[in-house]
Amino acid sequence: MLVNSDQIIQALIETLQMVAFSLLFSAVLGVPLGIALVVTRKGHLLENAPFFNVLNGIINVFRSVPFIILLVAIIPITRFLVGTSIGTAAAVVPLVFYAGPYIARLVENSLLEVDPGVIEAAEAMGATPWQIVFKFILPEAMSSLILAFTIATVGLIGASAMAGAIGGGGLGDLAITYGYQRFDTTTMLITVGILIVMVQGLQSLGNITAKKIRRR
Amino acid sequence: MITFEQVKKVYESGGQKVAALNGIDLNINEGEIFGVIGFSGAGKSSLIRCVNLLERPTSGKVIVDGHDLTSLSVKEVREIKRNIGMVFQHFNLLNSKTVFENVAMPLILAKTPKEQIKERVHQLLEFVGLADKANNYPDQLSGGQKQRIGIARALATQPKILLCDEATSALDPQTTSSILQLLKKINKEYNITILIITHEMSVIREICDRVAVIEEGRIIEEGSVFNVFSAPKTKTARNFVSSIMNDSIPDSVRKIIEEHSGLQKVFRINFVGHSAGQPLLSQLAKKFDVDVNVLFGNITELQGIPFGNLIVEFQGSDKEILRALNFINQQKVSIKEVKAHAS
Repeated sequence: MLVNSDQIIQALIETLQMVAFSLLFSAVLGVPLGIALVVTRKGHLLENAPFFNVLNGIINVFRSVPFIILLVAIIPITRFLVGTSIGTAAAVVPLVFYAGPYIARLVENSLLEVDPGVIEAAEAMGATPWQIVFKFILPEAMSSLILAFTIATVGLIGASAMAGAIGGGGLGDLAITYGYQRFDTTTMLITVGILIVMVQGLQSLGNITAKKIRRR
Repeated sequence: MITFEQVKKVYESGGQKVAALNGIDLNINEGEIFGVIGFSGAGKSSLIRCVNLLERPTSGKVIVDGHDLTSLSVKEVREIKRNIGMVFQHFNLLNSKTVFENVAMPLILAKTPKEQIKERVHQLLEFVGLADKANNYPDQLSGGQKQRIGIARALATQPKILLCDEATSALDPQTTSSILQLLKKINKEYNITILIITHEMSVIREICDRVAVIEEGRIIEEGSVFNVFSAPKTKTARNFVSSIMNDSIPDSVRKIIEEHSGLQKVFRINFVGHSAGQPLLSQLAKKFDVDVNVLFGNITELQGIPFGNLIVEFQGSDKEILRALNFINQQKVSIKEVKAHAS
């Protein structure tokens, strides 16, 4: 094996950092966009066709660019925001561009599952659109949202490994530079094994939490 | 309390215009239970949703408690909605919240102090008979219990009006009856005006004071429940009435009439109100030389007044039967001879 355990732990920490920060920023970006996609659509609380169509289009554009292209294409933006295009912090930028729109779609889907009858009841009570979103729609969608975020996080773990390709560090970087390029099978197996354990654990946690919250 | 003036509602879908309400004029008085009955697609849902502007009329006025809703701002309408409770066919409770939180919701929206919310919610749960379910979730309740929670929630802000959108249509007959009794109790104890839309005539019969029949977005008949039931004017109203009060002569009885024709005479006697309490038929048999045979009958109670009709056969000489008929006519009971081929 060409790497020692310290390098693996270091890579694991980098991966966790990348995923945690990009998840945080993606959520901050994606959740409001997801809500906006729901409430501005036809027949909904704040129907606004031009806004919906533009937002919908932009999200589709980002969702259709392959991540590996996105990584390279937004290097100027990354440089502007982080000052460099290499390293863990720099990898967060393309990850957010990738996961933000993805989360927006997932949130949109979850919120659309909420029984329209509940929204009607809220309107009948004289709730404001703000109250309807925060006191009715989001709590009712919570279980589904947790599953959505589980999916998004698993997606981010995969994408963060790919960010290794532009020198983002983390487990993916290790797997490519040592496991793939230098034919170190052991390192490859260890890094992939760690990723599998992470994804399995995360999915189980998501499922259990969602089930606990679900009351139907 | 609620007045509709020439209310029209037109939907546009795919360039086609569909009129759900076609000029509704209706007046619902304070403190009454008013029922609107119609088949699906007749416009009842649109009608009830115009009262709290869940749907905005395309034209016309909806006046609720003195306010012309269509002229108010969005904010003012929200305030007025607190005065109008609504109960739904599918309950529309929040599954993610406990029974307590569901009932508390309208109060939370109105920013009521926590202590008051607690007191009011417990009082409401007590009223609907589910005080022990405060910490349960809706999925742990039966349909009838869910509707009771729905009703408690609708009453939370002490509204003057309660709208019931097919509130019992998803429930079994026994549960329906208990929910209707609860609505009646609400009407009596709190003097809340109740507007009910339904496709079940039994709902109208059990609790409504007045009823309107809606068809193709128009009110085609309107009146006290007693009048509409005892003398429906339109075909649709007759259909609804006969759906729960079978006053046509069954084939088996018709057959008997045909077989007996010539020897006896068959009559339909309509009992209304006071007359239903008289032992008319036994008096008849005692006073005249006439045998009375009841072939078919149907007596029910409407708003506390007995109402029904009997198909009877009189056996005796023509002269005695004529005397008997004269006697019946003096009793203010309507009687009509039934021929074999008439209804």
